[in-house]
Amino acid sequence: MKVPAKLLATAAVSTLISSAAMAQSVEVLHWWTAGGEAAALNVLKEDLAGQGIGWEDMPVAGGGGEAAATTLKARVAAGNPPTAAQLLGMQVREWADEGALGDLTAVATEGHWADVVPSALQDFAVRDGKWNAVPVNIHRPNWLWINAAIFEENGLTPPTTWEEFNTVAQTLKDKGITPLAHGGQPWQDATIFDDVVLGIGGADFYRKAIIEADMDALGSDTMVQVFNQMRTVRGFVDDNFSGRDWNLATAMVLNGEAAMQLMGDWAKGEIVRADMTPGTDILCVTAPGTEGSYLFNTDFFAAFDVSDDNQAAQSALAASVMSPAFQEAFNLVKGSIPARTDVAPDNFDACGQKAMADIKEAEANGTLLGSLAHGHGQTSAVQRAIFDVVTEHFNSDMSAEDAVEELQIAVESAQL
Amino acid sequence: MSIPLSFGRISLYLLLGLFCIYYLLPLYVMVANSLKPLDEITSGGMMALPSDWTLAPWRSAWSEAQVGVEATGLRPYFTNSLVMVVPAVMITTLMGALNGYVLTKWRFRGDTLIFGLILFGCFIPFQIVLIPMARTLGLLGLSGTVPGLVFVHVIYGISFSTLYFRNYYAAFPTELVRAAEIDGAGFFTIFRRILLPNSGPIAVVCVIWLFTNIWNDFLFGASFSDFDSQPMTVALNNLVQSSTGVKEYNVHFAGAIMAALPTLFVYVVAGRFFVRGLMTGSVKG
Amino acid sequence: MARSASSARAALRNLLPRLVLSPSVALIAIFVYGFIAFTSYLSFSDSRMLPSYGWVGLSNYEKLFSLRTWDIALNNLAVFGILYIAICCVLGLMLAILLDQRIRAEGFIRTIYLYPMALSFIVTGVAWKWFLDPGIGLEAVMHDWGWTSFKFDWIKNRDMAIYTVVIAAVWQTSGFVMATFLAGLRGIDAEMLRAAEVDGASTFALYRRIVIPQLRPAFLSAFVVLAHMAIKSYDLVVALTNGGPGTATEVPATFMYSYTFTRNQMGIGAASAEIMLLTIAAVIVPYLWSELREKR
Repeated sequence: MKVPAKLLATAAVSTLISSAAMAQSVEVLHWWTAGGEAAALNVLKEDLAGQGIGWEDMPVAGGGGEAAATTLKARVAAGNPPTAAQLLGMQVREWADEGALGDLTAVATEGHWADVVPSALQDFAVRDGKWNAVPVNIHRPNWLWINAAIFEENGLTPPTTWEEFNTVAQTLKDKGITPLAHGGQPWQDATIFDDVVLGIGGADFYRKAIIEADMDALGSDTMVQVFNQMRTVRGFVDDNFSGRDWNLATAMVLNGEAAMQLMGDWAKGEIVRADMTPGTDILCVTAPGTEGSYLFNTDFFAAFDVSDDNQAAQSALAASVMSPAFQEAFNLVKGSIPARTDVAPDNFDACGQKAMADIKEAEANGTLLGSLAHGHGQTSAVQRAIFDVVTEHFNSDMSAEDAVEELQIAVESAQL
Repeated sequence: MSIPLSFGRISLYLLLGLFCIYYLLPLYVMVANSLKPLDEITSGGMMALPSDWTLAPWRSAWSEAQVGVEATGLRPYFTNSLVMVVPAVMITTLMGALNGYVLTKWRFRGDTLIFGLILFGCFIPFQIVLIPMARTLGLLGLSGTVPGLVFVHVIYGISFSTLYFRNYYAAFPTELVRAAEIDGAGFFTIFRRILLPNSGPIAVVCVIWLFTNIWNDFLFGASFSDFDSQPMTVALNNLVQSSTGVKEYNVHFAGAIMAALPTLFVYVVAGRFFVRGLMTGSVKG
Repeated sequence: MARSASSARAALRNLLPRLVLSPSVALIAIFVYGFIAFTSYLSFSDSRMLPSYGWVGLSNYEKLFSLRTWDIALNNLAVFGILYIAICCVLGLMLAILLDQRIRAEGFIRTIYLYPMALSFIVTGVAWKWFLDPGIGLEAVMHDWGWTSFKFDWIKNRDMAIYTVVIAAVWQTSGFVMATFLAGLRGIDAEMLRAAEVDGASTFALYRRIVIPQLRPAFLSAFVVLAHMAIKSYDLVVALTNGGPGTATEVPATFMYSYTFTRNQMGIGAASAEIMLLTIAAVIVPYLWSELREKR
């Protein structure tokens, strides 16, 4: 890349001037604006204030960070990047490749981050031996949420494979209960797709097909099976699913209108809000066939603004983010688990504790995998190309064979 | 002058009333939902009137809701938007009026072509200007400032304001201008004394258009503002679009209506200039 | 001496109008045409995340036209654009004429017709989404009222969803078109109307022969504004359907945004912008030509 280098040179100069005026402050671009998460971020702000560092808040919400990503590009192009920006794993990598990120290695070494951050996360945070970003949380998208009362009344047990899922769902459907609450938006369709690929093909297949985008795996019979299962899942959602927000789908499970939902652990916020207990009223089990594997979705704060006199504040921010106290406080609110493995699980709910145990196992077995639906599987271009096919298939009567063929074409053309 | 109520008049009013219902329906959904507690909404009563009336969502949207790290509500962002919108609208309208005046009353060779070229500016997709504009603002030292935002909005508003005034002044009797010129009035005097006083209706249209567009703009607001100059829409968006958090629809609706109040205010106030007959008066002298 | 001073003043007088116009022209030249040129360069480049200047020839265009979503987007723009512009113009003109009949409470009614413009679609989209949703909106209400055979599920239907976008878009802007026409009507010389009335022309004939032809410039304004809205209808689509069900309501604006910013395929995004600008030019330029030429 030739341009950005020049671009960043001017960036450095202009921020040098502006930040000299207010020596110690960090400007943070993020999309955490919902009550709980923003309040949790306030912990970070207070922590920095204690060290005499000001917090300049730059929230831009929308579309899981899409709006913030646009703002970030404009800010970088203007030579006025924020001190730190919230990014998903793949975006960290893409910005690192543009040479836009700063270096947190010193503070990382001092805090021994390498010993406590799961290596799958380090793959995103570290580029060429340099820490560019600091992980804030670990979400797990491959959860199946179950209305316990409905399952009990109908004498059902949580499904552990997609076959069992089909049987359970059919039983519910015959009784007139919507088996699966779902919202027809590309990222939600893709969340199910992740679960099906992992559940039917297993961790190795997921790695080959999704993370390596291997053409043979993408075109394999297993992939045909995956799309057939997607079609079956389509039969278990209500007619009214398209365009529905994920939280309204969650509400259906809470109200007993639907029995299950495949969704990440941010759904816990809705459950708690409805005065129900995750793990008791609403069961959390891993998505069918994915026990033993752990899909993850991590928010990072990437270090932008590479000017020298900002380094101190930037490092202080990174150190605060990695402090066990903040990691615990934030993730208790967020529904996720800490991005460092040495935080005690005692204060977390049953689902959180299961996640913390599962991730250690997955880390040891090499089955801790980045989620495609949530920006840790593929570059944005390939990810969205896969979304297109998955969504188009889910919403039409396209055959599984055609979908597989389209998938290969889409991935190939997006890679170039 | 009162008009007797005939069958025709009554059906006219009926028809107008019917359209009022069409326009008001979504507002009903918003207002009704902004006045009920959240569980009434999520339990499925989205179309019903509130059974438990509450003003809490409005209070929350104004001063308590979380739009960033601090729970400030929309209040602090109001001023950010106002200091940006008012100058942008005034400058753009004035430039449009002058351009329209020149293009219709002081014509020169190639003026139509120039008008056509200005007009095409209406169609430039904002997505493509974002990055080069960010770069330009950075070079001008206007990045992340209010003047920078005003500058951007003026540029992409000129095409519209020129269009409105040019098309309105096209119908304005040129003889009046020439007569004034013979009387010795200069370029600006004619504009100020003859054209401007007769521009009421079109100024209303132009101001409504610009005010609404600039006030409601999100893309530029989000891209070219700094932490301390984020406009209202960015805050509203932050309130509404939290992706993995609990969605408080009642607060969202209250916030949306609140955010629209300044624009509505402009509609009502500006509407007063929507009266006929100014021009006929001046034609008769 | 005196002569040269007065001739200098005459020259200045001649120059003044052009001088007044020049800042606008300069700004438009740089920030519209300059940026269009820049974008066309990008459309031949290997830009992905940020602008980059490696030349790749036509490959972005080839990719663009091999994408099914782009086809869908163009088709949707055609359907949406034509319906939206036509309905808004007809409805706007009708409402303007009706409101011009010395209506009591005109200001009040006018504001009701106009207010949808004031609301940002970030949120109105949600209200519309609910209203159109068969599970909770109009259909559910009708069922509750006993009309159980009533069916209105366009927003969930791949073939009909684009029409719901038209409904919401017309709701938002038809009031503004009404205001444009109303301004036009108020600008028409009342003397002329009175003279025609005295001649015994019927109201209908009055409008058809005298009033509507005089509204041509207002039509031009309305058309340009509507075409602009149709092309840039980004917020609306995102809030209402976000391109769904599937990709059924994808439009060029959402496509362009997605490729330029979300997918980091800026080259393809730029190519789509160029195609869109060319399409607009193909429609608008002939219209402008015919509209402006005869005024000379």
